[in-house]
Amino acid sequence: MTGLQAAALLVVVVTGTAVALLSDPLRQTLVLAIFGFALTLLFFVFQAPDVALSELVVSGVGLPVIILAALRKVAQQSARRERQEEPEE
Amino acid sequence: MAFAPYAAAAWLFVIGLYGVVCSQNLLRTVLSLTVVQSATYLVLLGVGYRHGGKAPIVADISTHSKLVDPVTQVLVLTDIVIEATVTALLLALVVQAHKRFGSVDPARLRTLRH
Amino acid sequence: MSRRVRLLLLACAGPGFLAVLVIGLRGLPDFGDFHGAYGLLVDRIEPSLRHATDLVTALNFDLRAFDTLGEEFILFASVAGVALLLRHLRDVDEELDRRRTREDHSFAGASDSLRVMSLILIPLLVSLGVYLVLHGALTPGGGFQAGVVCAAGPLSVLLAGRYLALKRAAPEWALEAVDSLGAAAYALIGLGGLIFAGIYLKNFLPYGSSGHLLSAGMMPLNSIAVGIEVTGAFLLTWTEFLDQDLLAQRGRL
Repeated sequence: MTGLQAAALLVVVVTGTAVALLSDPLRQTLVLAIFGFALTLLFFVFQAPDVALSELVVSGVGLPVIILAALRKVAQQSARRERQEEPEE
Repeated sequence: MAFAPYAAAAWLFVIGLYGVVCSQNLLRTVLSLTVVQSATYLVLLGVGYRHGGKAPIVADISTHSKLVDPVTQVLVLTDIVIEATVTALLLALVVQAHKRFGSVDPARLRTLRH
Repeated sequence: MSRRVRLLLLACAGPGFLAVLVIGLRGLPDFGDFHGAYGLLVDRIEPSLRHATDLVTALNFDLRAFDTLGEEFILFASVAGVALLLRHLRDVDEELDRRRTREDHSFAGASDSLRVMSLILIPLLVSLGVYLVLHGALTPGGGFQAGVVCAAGPLSVLLAGRYLALKRAAPEWALEAVDSLGAAAYALIGLGGLIFAGIYLKNFLPYGSSGHLLSAGMMPLNSIAVGIEVTGAFLLTWTEFLDQDLLAQRGRL
């Protein structure tokens, strides 16, 4: 196992731990993008360029947009719910 | 050192599972699930790797050179794109649950009781 | 169940699960010591068999095309599920919003330079996506990756904020049509294998010479079908979540 592979593996483990242990979804999304990039580098040094390309586009563009849009929708719904509850009080 | 990718995969699986279990926000649960998924990618690619093997593209190298296993790479490749959409489906469920119950805390969700 | 009960359950079941995981992973051969017969066989015979130089794409769209059919329909089903869940929500919310003030769907801070950059990005991204699809059998690429890159083109316009005069250029019915077309095309190309070669999804087109664009039989066709489907699927998912038609704006432009 080469030094580059060991280094990439270490970065993946550290960022993966950070994603799982953070509590705010917004911060988790940003660290998830970095985690995806670290995974891309790992796949690349594991001699898998197709997989690296796939992981790069999905975790760089595909997934964060979906998650941020879902977060926005949840915030919108909370705001709407609060607005509806106000006149009733 | 030969066990390192599998150990890393096991660690990611366990820490992702811990994030899923101890989360108080359903969105955080879904994102921790992504970490669990990436553990499987590590195991699959670790199984397929060969020492001194090159990437399985023979456009510019001889077809008789030592190549890394392409079959496990196929499994991981489609898996990555599909899991993104499955995560989207889970997030849509979370949004729907929030609309129905007013909170994203899994402890506050009630089953179909009323 | 509350957080404490969940953690207790994990503490009880965790060690047993961890033991099984470690025992299972220990049984694997050492990292780098590869013995699989299938992979070695593919490495040896595939380039002369199908004249494709990218073995991963060749496996994806030809040798293991049936798996890709299943995966593609998982994608299709998930996107249908997302659309089903979020569309009902959207109709209800739109009704509530219309009774109040009109919500502004623009993003703050969208400047002219951002709009220009997004205009430059669309042709770059789309051409990169088309390149990746067509060269799927030759170099790293293929339908799945290229589909997401192509879908990122219109997304950059959406993220630039104020929309251009391409009103309603990608409405929902068009995205649904694109998604379904890609999925159906893949299944129907397999039928060509059934008709001409006797086996569903068998490669029935001429193989051409290795390294050229029109080679490897039906792999480019399959790649294009999957690329179209993934583009439609991702754009549809994004528009469902972002709650508005791509490149359109309710109210003023």
